[in-house]
Amino acid sequence: MRLKRRAVFAVRLAAIVLVVIFIGSFSVAQEKQVIKVTAKKFEYSPSTITVKKGVPVVLEFTSLDRLHGFDCPGLGIRSDINPGKTNTVEFTPQKAGTFEFHCDNFCGTGHDKMRGTIVVTE
Amino acid sequence: MKLDIGRRHFLKVAGIGGALLASGLWKNSVIAAGDDFVFLQISDTHWGFSNPQINPDFAGTLKEEIASINTLKSPPDFIMFSGDLTHVTDDDQERRKRLTEFRKVIAELKIKDVRLMPGEHDASLDEGEAYKELLGPEMHYVFDHKGVHFIVLDNVSDPRTVLGEAQLEWLAADLKKLDKAAPIVVFTHRPLFDLVPGWEWYTRDGSEALKLLMPYENVVALYGHIHQEHHHMTGHIAHHACKGSMYPLPAPGSVPVKAPVPWDPAAPYRGLGFRTLDAHVKPVKYDLTEYSVNGEVMK
Repeated sequence: MRLKRRAVFAVRLAAIVLVVIFIGSFSVAQEKQVIKVTAKKFEYSPSTITVKKGVPVVLEFTSLDRLHGFDCPGLGIRSDINPGKTNTVEFTPQKAGTFEFHCDNFCGTGHDKMRGTIVVTE
Repeated sequence: MKLDIGRRHFLKVAGIGGALLASGLWKNSVIAAGDDFVFLQISDTHWGFSNPQINPDFAGTLKEEIASINTLKSPPDFIMFSGDLTHVTDDDQERRKRLTEFRKVIAELKIKDVRLMPGEHDASLDEGEAYKELLGPEMHYVFDHKGVHFIVLDNVSDPRTVLGEAQLEWLAADLKKLDKAAPIVVFTHRPLFDLVPGWEWYTRDGSEALKLLMPYENVVALYGHIHQEHHHMTGHIAHHACKGSMYPLPAPGSVPVKAPVPWDPAAPYRGLGFRTLDAHVKPVKYDLTEYSVNGEVMK
Protein backbone atom coordinates (compact mmCIF):
# COMPACT_ATOMS: atom_id res chain seq x y z
CA MET A 1 0.00 0.00 0.00
CA ARG A 2 2.79 2.42 1.01
CA LEU A 3 4.67 1.44 -2.10
CA LYS A 4 1.65 2.22 -4.26
CA ARG A 5 1.27 5.66 -2.62
CA ARG A 6 4.94 6.39 -3.27
CA ALA A 7 4.57 5.42 -6.90
CA VAL A 8 1.52 7.64 -7.32
CA PHE A 9 3.39 10.47 -5.63
CA ALA A 10 6.37 10.02 -7.96
CA VAL A 11 4.15 9.98 -11.03
CA ARG A 12 2.34 13.15 -9.88
CA LEU A 13 5.66 14.86 -9.13
CA ALA A 14 7.05 13.93 -12.52
CA ALA A 15 3.91 15.24 -14.20
CA ILE A 16 4.19 18.54 -12.33
CA VAL A 17 7.86 18.85 -13.32
CA LEU A 18 7.04 18.12 -16.94
CA VAL A 19 4.25 20.71 -16.94
CA VAL A 20 6.59 23.30 -15.42
CA ILE A 21 9.27 22.53 -18.02
CA PHE A 22 6.74 22.68 -20.83
CA ILE A 23 5.29 26.02 -19.66
CA GLY A 24 8.79 27.38 -19.15
CA SER A 25 9.97 26.43 -22.58
CA PHE A 26 6.79 27.75 -24.12
CA SER A 27 7.22 31.13 -22.46
CA VAL A 28 10.90 31.35 -23.61
CA ALA A 29 9.80 30.62 -27.16
CA GLN A 30 7.21 33.39 -26.86
CA GLU A 31 9.79 35.82 -25.54
CA LYS A 32 12.20 35.55 -28.46
CA GLN A 33 10.87 36.86 -31.73
CA VAL A 34 12.74 35.05 -34.48
CA ILE A 35 12.19 36.55 -37.91
CA LYS A 36 13.71 35.23 -41.12
CA VAL A 37 14.51 37.89 -43.73
CA THR A 38 15.78 37.27 -47.25
CA ALA A 39 17.76 39.87 -49.20
CA LYS A 40 18.22 40.01 -52.95
CA LYS A 41 18.77 42.73 -55.56
CA PHE A 42 17.15 45.09 -54.58
CA GLU A 43 14.66 44.13 -51.87
CA TYR A 44 14.18 42.58 -48.48
CA SER A 45 11.41 40.08 -47.78
CA PRO A 46 9.59 40.92 -45.64
CA SER A 47 10.35 44.60 -46.11
CA THR A 48 8.23 45.51 -43.09
CA ILE A 49 9.14 43.75 -39.85
CA THR A 50 6.86 44.13 -36.86
CA VAL A 51 8.17 43.37 -33.36
CA LYS A 52 7.14 44.05 -29.79
CA LYS A 53 8.88 46.55 -27.56
CA GLY A 54 10.89 44.95 -24.75
CA VAL A 55 10.83 41.48 -26.29
CA PRO A 56 14.15 40.13 -27.62
CA VAL A 57 14.34 39.87 -31.41
CA VAL A 58 16.47 37.63 -33.59
CA LEU A 59 16.68 38.65 -37.23
CA GLU A 60 18.02 35.85 -39.41
CA PHE A 61 19.19 37.23 -42.75
CA THR A 62 20.06 35.22 -45.82
CA SER A 63 21.11 36.60 -49.20
CA LEU A 64 19.73 35.01 -52.34
CA ASP A 65 22.35 36.50 -54.65
CA ARG A 66 25.30 38.66 -53.54
CA LEU A 67 26.65 40.56 -50.56
CA HIS A 68 24.10 42.96 -49.12
CA GLY A 69 23.98 44.92 -45.90
CA PHE A 70 21.45 45.75 -43.21
CA ASP A 71 21.73 49.05 -41.41
CA CYS A 72 19.06 50.38 -39.06
CA PRO A 73 20.59 53.51 -37.48
CA GLY A 74 17.46 54.27 -35.44
CA LEU A 75 17.86 51.04 -33.51
CA GLY A 76 21.66 51.03 -33.66
CA ILE A 77 21.95 47.65 -35.42
CA ARG A 78 23.72 46.57 -38.59
CA SER A 79 25.13 43.50 -40.26
CA ASP A 80 26.65 42.32 -43.49
CA ILE A 81 24.42 39.84 -45.29
CA ASN A 82 26.80 37.36 -46.86
CA PRO A 83 25.48 34.86 -49.37
CA GLY A 84 25.67 31.20 -48.37
CA LYS A 85 25.20 31.72 -44.64
CA THR A 86 22.71 32.95 -42.10
CA ASN A 87 23.62 36.34 -40.67
CA THR A 88 22.04 36.97 -37.29
CA VAL A 89 21.23 40.25 -35.59
CA GLU A 90 19.92 40.12 -32.01
CA PHE A 91 18.48 43.08 -30.18
CA THR A 92 15.74 44.07 -27.76
CA PRO A 93 13.79 47.13 -28.92
CA GLN A 94 13.55 49.66 -26.11
CA LYS A 95 11.28 52.16 -27.82
CA ALA A 96 8.15 51.93 -29.93
CA GLY A 97 8.12 53.51 -33.36
CA THR A 98 8.94 53.07 -37.00
CA PHE A 99 12.58 52.66 -37.96
CA GLU A 100 13.94 52.66 -41.51
CA PHE A 101 16.65 50.25 -42.57
CA HIS A 102 18.60 50.01 -45.80
CA CYS A 103 21.32 48.08 -47.60
CA ASP A 104 24.69 49.67 -46.84
CA ASN A 105 26.89 47.47 -49.01
CA PHE A 106 26.76 48.84 -52.57
CA CYS A 107 24.94 46.17 -54.55
CA GLY A 108 23.99 47.62 -57.92
CA THR A 109 21.66 49.86 -59.86
CA GLY A 110 18.83 49.66 -57.33
CA HIS A 111 21.02 49.85 -54.24
CA ASP A 112 19.63 53.18 -53.04
CA LYS A 113 16.09 51.79 -53.20
CA MET A 114 16.82 48.66 -51.17
CA ARG A 115 15.06 49.68 -48.00
CA GLY A 116 12.66 48.44 -45.35
CA THR A 117 11.01 49.31 -42.08
CA ILE A 118 10.98 47.88 -38.57
CA VAL A 119 7.79 48.68 -36.69
CA VAL A 120 8.12 48.36 -32.91
CA THR A 121 4.74 48.12 -31.20
CA GLU A 122 3.93 48.68 -27.51
CA MET B 1 31.51 80.90 -71.27
CA LYS B 2 35.12 79.88 -71.52
CA LEU B 3 37.62 80.55 -68.79
CA ASP B 4 38.87 84.11 -68.76
CA ILE B 5 42.16 84.16 -66.91
CA GLY B 6 41.60 87.83 -66.15
CA ARG B 7 38.57 86.89 -64.05
CA ARG B 8 40.34 84.15 -62.25
CA HIS B 9 39.67 84.39 -58.58
CA PHE B 10 41.19 82.06 -56.12
CA LEU B 11 39.21 80.71 -53.26
CA LYS B 12 41.71 81.13 -50.53
CA VAL B 13 41.28 77.99 -48.59
CA ALA B 14 42.94 79.67 -45.66
CA GLY B 15 40.10 82.15 -45.62
CA ILE B 16 37.46 79.67 -44.58
CA GLY B 17 38.05 79.98 -40.88
CA GLY B 18 41.66 79.19 -41.49
CA ALA B 19 40.48 75.66 -41.48
CA LEU B 20 41.00 74.77 -45.07
CA LEU B 21 44.64 75.61 -45.22
CA ALA B 22 47.45 73.20 -44.77
CA SER B 23 50.54 75.18 -44.06
CA GLY B 24 53.93 74.89 -42.50
CA LEU B 25 57.57 74.30 -43.20
CA TRP B 26 59.26 71.00 -43.15
CA LYS B 27 62.79 69.90 -42.49
CA ASN B 28 64.77 66.91 -43.59
CA SER B 29 61.90 65.68 -45.68
CA VAL B 30 62.67 62.68 -47.82
CA ILE B 31 60.86 64.56 -50.56
CA ALA B 32 62.73 67.39 -52.19
CA ALA B 33 60.85 70.67 -52.20
CA GLY B 34 59.87 71.72 -55.68
CA ASP B 35 58.20 74.61 -57.46
CA ASP B 36 54.63 75.69 -56.96
CA PHE B 37 52.31 73.97 -59.39
CA VAL B 38 48.68 73.50 -60.36
CA PHE B 39 46.77 70.25 -60.51
CA LEU B 40 43.17 69.60 -61.38
CA GLN B 41 40.52 67.43 -59.77
CA ILE B 42 37.44 66.28 -61.65
CA SER B 43 35.06 63.75 -60.18
CA ASP B 44 31.97 61.61 -60.60
CA THR B 45 31.67 61.82 -64.36
CA HIS B 46 29.26 58.83 -64.32
CA TRP B 47 29.78 57.99 -67.99
CA GLY B 48 26.80 55.85 -69.09
CA PHE B 49 24.22 57.70 -67.00
CA SER B 50 21.24 58.38 -69.26
CA ASN B 51 18.34 59.98 -67.39
CA PRO B 52 17.40 63.18 -69.28
CA GLN B 53 15.27 64.40 -66.38
CA ILE B 54 18.43 64.69 -64.33
CA ASN B 55 20.86 65.70 -67.07
CA PRO B 56 19.58 66.05 -70.65
CA ASP B 57 23.17 66.56 -71.79
CA PHE B 58 24.39 63.32 -70.21
CA ALA B 59 26.51 62.48 -73.26
CA GLY B 60 27.94 65.97 -73.65
CA THR B 61 28.73 67.25 -70.18
CA LEU B 62 32.09 65.51 -69.79
CA LYS B 63 33.10 66.50 -73.32
CA GLU B 64 32.24 70.12 -72.53
CA GLU B 65 34.36 69.96 -69.40
CA ILE B 66 37.26 68.49 -71.35
CA ALA B 67 36.98 71.35 -73.84
CA SER B 68 37.03 73.80 -70.91
CA ILE B 69 40.07 72.13 -69.35
CA ASN B 70 41.85 72.16 -72.70
CA THR B 71 41.46 75.93 -72.88
CA LEU B 72 42.66 76.75 -69.37
CA LYS B 73 45.30 79.43 -69.72
CA SER B 74 47.31 77.96 -66.87
CA PRO B 75 47.20 74.25 -67.66
CA PRO B 76 47.54 71.93 -64.69
CA ASP B 77 50.53 69.65 -64.37
CA PHE B 78 48.21 66.69 -64.03
CA ILE B 79 44.56 65.80 -63.78
CA MET B 80 43.02 63.46 -61.21
CA PHE B 81 39.65 61.82 -61.85
CA SER B 82 38.53 60.93 -58.34
CA GLY B 83 36.19 58.03 -59.00
CA ASP B 84 32.78 57.11 -60.36
CA LEU B 85 34.21 57.51 -63.81
CA THR B 86 31.28 55.44 -65.06
CA HIS B 87 27.72 54.98 -63.87
CA VAL B 88 26.83 51.69 -62.24
CA THR B 89 25.42 48.84 -64.30
CA ASP B 90 24.57 45.30 -63.21
CA ASP B 91 25.83 43.98 -66.56
CA ASP B 92 29.55 43.13 -66.55
CA GLN B 93 29.87 43.63 -70.32
CA GLU B 94 28.12 46.98 -70.19
CA ARG B 95 30.51 48.03 -67.40
CA ARG B 96 33.44 47.20 -69.66
CA LYS B 97 31.83 49.12 -72.52
CA ARG B 98 31.38 52.21 -70.34
CA LEU B 99 34.94 52.07 -69.00
CA THR B 100 36.27 51.71 -72.55
CA GLU B 101 34.16 54.64 -73.79
CA PHE B 102 35.28 56.75 -70.83
CA ARG B 103 38.91 56.07 -71.71
CA LYS B 104 38.27 57.17 -75.29
CA VAL B 105 36.47 60.36 -74.24
CA ILE B 106 39.23 61.51 -71.90
CA ALA B 107 41.84 60.83 -74.57
CA GLU B 108 40.73 64.23 -75.90
CA LEU B 109 42.43 65.93 -72.95
CA LYS B 110 45.49 67.89 -74.04
CA ILE B 111 47.11 67.27 -70.66
CA LYS B 112 48.44 63.77 -70.92
CA ASP B 113 49.35 63.26 -67.26
CA VAL B 114 45.95 61.90 -66.25
CA ARG B 115 45.50 59.88 -63.08
CA LEU B 116 42.52 57.72 -62.32
CA MET B 117 40.97 56.05 -59.32
CA PRO B 118 37.79 54.03 -58.99
CA GLY B 119 34.48 54.89 -57.37
CA GLU B 120 31.95 52.38 -56.13
CA HIS B 121 30.02 52.66 -59.41
CA ASP B 122 33.15 51.49 -61.28
CA ALA B 123 34.47 48.84 -58.97
CA SER B 124 32.23 47.66 -56.13
CA LEU B 125 30.17 45.06 -57.95
CA ASP B 126 33.12 43.09 -59.35
CA GLU B 127 35.71 44.24 -56.79
CA GLY B 128 37.52 46.18 -59.49
CA GLU B 129 37.97 43.37 -61.99
CA ALA B 130 36.81 45.30 -65.09
CA TYR B 131 38.50 48.51 -63.90
CA LYS B 132 41.85 46.79 -63.49
CA GLU B 133 41.48 45.05 -66.82
CA LEU B 134 40.75 48.25 -68.75
CA LEU B 135 42.25 51.15 -66.79
CA GLY B 136 45.19 49.60 -65.03
CA PRO B 137 45.98 47.36 -62.11
CA GLU B 138 46.54 50.03 -59.48
CA MET B 139 43.55 50.68 -57.25
CA HIS B 140 45.63 52.40 -54.56
CA TYR B 141 49.01 53.95 -55.19
CA VAL B 142 51.35 56.81 -54.43
CA PHE B 143 53.25 59.29 -56.53
CA ASP B 144 55.39 62.32 -55.86
CA HIS B 145 55.13 65.57 -57.74
CA LYS B 146 57.35 68.61 -57.17
CA GLY B 147 57.78 68.01 -53.47
CA VAL B 148 54.25 66.84 -52.65
CA HIS B 149 53.52 63.22 -51.78
CA PHE B 150 50.19 62.05 -53.23
CA ILE B 151 48.45 59.01 -51.76
CA VAL B 152 45.53 57.49 -53.61
CA LEU B 153 43.38 55.24 -51.43
CA ASP B 154 40.72 52.79 -52.55
CA ASN B 155 37.63 52.76 -50.33
CA VAL B 156 35.27 51.38 -52.95
CA SER B 157 36.41 48.06 -54.43
CA ASP B 158 35.47 46.28 -51.23
CA PRO B 159 31.68 46.78 -51.21
CA ARG B 160 31.77 46.93 -47.42
CA THR B 161 32.90 50.56 -47.73
CA VAL B 162 36.26 49.85 -46.18
CA LEU B 163 39.92 50.38 -46.94
CA GLY B 164 40.70 47.05 -45.35
CA GLU B 165 43.51 45.84 -43.15
CA ALA B 166 45.99 45.20 -45.98
CA GLN B 167 45.62 48.70 -47.43
CA LEU B 168 45.93 50.28 -43.98
CA GLU B 169 49.17 48.36 -43.42
CA TRP B 170 50.37 49.53 -46.84
CA LEU B 171 49.49 53.12 -45.90
CA ALA B 172 51.32 52.86 -42.58
CA ALA B 173 54.42 51.53 -44.33
CA ASP B 174 54.32 54.33 -46.89
CA LEU B 175 53.89 57.04 -44.25
CA LYS B 176 56.82 55.70 -42.23
CA LYS B 177 59.13 56.79 -45.06
CA LEU B 178 58.03 60.41 -44.75
CA ASP B 179 59.09 63.29 -42.58
CA LYS B 180 56.33 64.48 -40.27
CA ALA B 181 56.33 67.84 -42.06
CA ALA B 182 56.15 66.44 -45.57
CA PRO B 183 53.31 67.84 -47.67
CA ILE B 184 50.81 65.05 -48.26
CA VAL B 185 47.69 65.05 -50.41
CA VAL B 186 45.36 62.10 -49.97
CA PHE B 187 42.83 61.24 -52.66
CA THR B 188 39.85 59.05 -51.84
CA HIS B 189 36.52 58.58 -53.52
CA ARG B 190 34.39 58.46 -50.38
CA PRO B 191 35.16 60.75 -47.44
CA LEU B 192 37.41 59.25 -44.80
CA PHE B 193 35.34 60.85 -42.05
CA ASP B 194 31.69 60.26 -41.10
CA LEU B 195 29.86 62.89 -43.14
CA VAL B 196 26.50 61.09 -43.42
CA PRO B 197 26.94 57.39 -42.62
CA GLY B 198 23.28 56.64 -43.45
CA TRP B 199 23.98 57.78 -47.02
CA GLU B 200 27.28 55.88 -47.12
CA TRP B 201 29.11 59.21 -47.13
CA TYR B 202 31.83 57.75 -44.98
CA THR B 203 34.45 55.02 -44.84
CA ARG B 204 33.84 52.43 -42.14
CA ASP B 205 37.50 52.20 -41.23
CA GLY B 206 38.34 55.73 -42.33
CA SER B 207 39.18 56.69 -38.76
CA GLU B 208 42.02 54.16 -38.87
CA ALA B 209 43.52 55.93 -41.88
CA LEU B 210 43.08 59.31 -40.23
CA LYS B 211 44.81 58.00 -37.11
CA LEU B 212 47.80 57.06 -39.26
CA LEU B 213 47.79 60.46 -41.00
CA MET B 214 47.26 62.55 -37.88
CA PRO B 215 50.96 62.73 -36.84
CA TYR B 216 51.78 64.38 -40.18
CA GLU B 217 51.57 68.13 -40.12
CA ASN B 218 50.63 68.92 -43.70
CA VAL B 219 47.86 66.63 -44.85
CA VAL B 220 44.98 67.54 -47.11
CA ALA B 221 42.32 65.01 -48.18
CA LEU B 222 40.50 65.44 -51.48
CA TYR B 223 37.51 63.34 -52.38
CA GLY B 224 34.42 63.10 -54.59
CA HIS B 225 31.34 60.89 -54.15
CA ILE B 226 29.02 63.55 -52.70
CA HIS B 227 28.70 65.56 -55.94
CA GLN B 228 29.14 68.96 -54.34
CA GLU B 229 31.75 71.21 -52.87
CA HIS B 230 32.18 70.59 -49.16
CA HIS B 231 34.86 71.44 -46.62
CA HIS B 232 35.50 69.81 -43.28
CA MET B 233 38.27 69.50 -40.70
CA THR B 234 39.28 66.49 -38.64
CA GLY B 235 41.88 67.93 -36.32
CA HIS B 236 44.39 69.71 -38.56
CA ILE B 237 43.50 67.64 -41.64
CA ALA B 238 41.38 69.52 -44.16
CA HIS B 239 38.92 67.55 -46.31
CA HIS B 240 37.60 69.06 -49.55
CA ALA B 241 34.88 67.43 -51.63
CA CYS B 242 34.76 68.14 -55.35
CA LYS B 243 31.62 68.82 -57.38
CA GLY B 244 30.37 66.06 -59.65
CA SER B 245 30.23 66.17 -63.43
CA MET B 246 26.87 64.52 -64.16
CA TYR B 247 24.34 65.48 -61.48
CA PRO B 248 24.36 67.20 -58.10
CA LEU B 249 23.24 65.49 -54.90
CA PRO B 250 21.40 67.12 -51.98
CA ALA B 251 23.27 68.83 -49.16
CA PRO B 252 24.51 66.35 -46.54
CA GLY B 253 21.59 64.90 -44.57
CA SER B 254 19.14 67.49 -45.92
CA VAL B 255 16.51 65.00 -47.12
CA PRO B 256 15.44 61.59 -45.77
CA VAL B 257 16.53 59.71 -48.88
CA LYS B 258 19.25 61.01 -51.16
CA ALA B 259 18.54 61.21 -54.87
CA PRO B 260 20.02 63.21 -57.76
CA VAL B 261 18.90 66.81 -57.95
CA PRO B 262 16.80 67.20 -61.14
CA TRP B 263 18.01 69.40 -63.98
CA ASP B 264 16.96 73.01 -63.75
CA PRO B 265 16.35 74.40 -67.27
CA ALA B 266 16.73 77.90 -65.83
CA ALA B 267 20.23 77.03 -64.62
CA PRO B 268 21.71 74.32 -66.82
CA TYR B 269 24.69 72.42 -65.38
CA ARG B 270 24.15 74.05 -62.00
CA GLY B 271 26.20 72.37 -59.30
CA LEU B 272 28.50 70.63 -61.77
CA GLY B 273 32.13 71.36 -62.52
CA PHE B 274 35.74 70.75 -61.61
CA ARG B 275 38.46 72.53 -59.70
CA THR B 276 42.12 73.33 -59.72
CA LEU B 277 44.47 73.48 -56.77
CA ASP B 278 47.46 75.78 -56.77
CA ALA B 279 49.96 73.93 -54.64
CA HIS B 280 52.53 76.04 -52.80
CA VAL B 281 55.19 74.00 -51.10
CA LYS B 282 57.00 76.63 -49.02
CA PRO B 283 54.98 77.16 -46.93
CA VAL B 284 52.52 74.38 -47.73
CA LYS B 285 49.27 75.87 -48.99
CA TYR B 286 46.64 74.95 -51.53
CA ASP B 287 44.47 77.53 -53.27
CA LEU B 288 41.27 76.07 -54.62
CA THR B 289 39.56 77.46 -57.68
CA GLU B 290 36.14 76.07 -58.53
CA TYR B 291 35.02 75.99 -62.17
CA SER B 292 31.68 75.41 -63.84
CA VAL B 293 31.35 72.86 -66.65
CA ASN B 294 32.03 75.54 -69.25
CA GLY B 295 35.14 76.78 -67.53
CA GLU B 296 33.73 79.76 -65.71
CA VAL B 297 35.34 80.48 -62.36
CA MET B 298 32.79 80.09 -59.58
CA LYS B 299 32.86 82.74 -56.90
